[in-house]
Amino acid sequence: MNDRKKVRIASCSLAGCFGCHMSLLDIDERLFDLLDLVEFDRTPLTDIKHCSPCDVGIVEGGVCNAENVHVLKEFRKNCKVLVAMGACAITGGLPAMRNNIDLWDCFQEVYQYEGGLEGGRIPNDPELPLPFDKVHPIYEVVKVDYFLPGCPPPADAIWKFLTDLLAGREPKLDYEQLHYD
Amino acid sequence: MSKTITIDGKTIPFMDGQTIMDAALAARVYIPHLCHNPEFKPHGSCKLCTVKANGRLVSSCTMPACEGMEVENGTKELNDERRDLVRMLFVEGNHLCPTCEKSGNCQLQAVAYCLGMMSPRYNHFYPQREVDASHPDVFLDRNRCILCELCVRASRDVDGKNVFGLSGRGIGSRLVVNSCSGRLGDSDFAVSDKAAQVCPTGAILIKRQGFKVPIGQRIYDHKTICQVESQGKTGGEEDE
Repeated sequence: MNDRKKVRIASCSLAGCFGCHMSLLDIDERLFDLLDLVEFDRTPLTDIKHCSPCDVGIVEGGVCNAENVHVLKEFRKNCKVLVAMGACAITGGLPAMRNNIDLWDCFQEVYQYEGGLEGGRIPNDPELPLPFDKVHPIYEVVKVDYFLPGCPPPADAIWKFLTDLLAGREPKLDYEQLHYD
Repeated sequence: MSKTITIDGKTIPFMDGQTIMDAALAARVYIPHLCHNPEFKPHGSCKLCTVKANGRLVSSCTMPACEGMEVENGTKELNDERRDLVRMLFVEGNHLCPTCEKSGNCQLQAVAYCLGMMSPRYNHFYPQREVDASHPDVFLDRNRCILCELCVRASRDVDGKNVFGLSGRGIGSRLVVNSCSGRLGDSDFAVSDKAAQVCPTGAILIKRQGFKVPIGQRIYDHKTICQVESQGKTGGEEDE
């Protein structure tokens, strides 16, 4: 057992597909090595709802609605180091493909014109987060310390990044680990 | 004896009339570039090939080499500037690599990898750009156009068709098609045209070719654009 104080990590997926988190799980048995070094705060794995003070925050996905901004700001406030993981967090990614389509047209296409939906009404519950007219990368909202590109970043890239960071090195990906796709 | 310049201290021969870029390409020394292609007249617009020649910043694709010229190319200062130029190209267009068929074979992306671009840093413009799928064999996706004019030059100088041109100014500049409707399908553009082969990004894509080469076997999957260009596209059989 490691006596050293464990590094506390939080992660979340905003306007993302959880693919980056799946890629994190793809480090496979190295997860055990990781768990020797870190403990998880709010993550999709722990199901903790709010982020408390952490050493590292990892954010997947861009910002597409008001709730995303609240979560992102909570992460920035609580995490000493904030990491943008994946193409969506860094460029808006696939959700940003709607940026050139009027939001109302999007809603109509999805909820009114698309067949098979009962009633054809556009959801308008006050509990639903307010959608933005454009999807933005997270660094356009808060300061981001590190970027880990890829759609998703390969497991080896995530592992290299995390082990560099945990060892106190400046994270540096090998050429074949740096991908925007 | 042939005349020489030095690039980052390495002696490179050149002939009168050659630019710094010509000499560098012949010697397989990589100077990052996007709008330059040795088959066409230099354009000097992307500015990625900016080097310091005898202490002055110049575009190496347009600057004639001269005897004894000392060129700085791979310095941190220049590469930092180049990375910023590439970032601006990324945010000015809609470059969504995960959705693009050119990914892995794209020079814009490869130069960004080579320069270690981890994020586009600047605020995205997400501009409204038109996609033209009217041609039976070729897509024109202006979201990815970086206005390098390689297709313009190829169509004008090689194909003799003048299919493409740039219109508008500044941020309003856009690639236009020389046909009554402005659509590619109504022009005399053909898939066999040189202009269909020269796009450094995924703005001009030949249909029914998407993802033909699997991930892992694409041009820049294992080799940097610097390594690819240094080895030469023709396999390096050319001699001086």
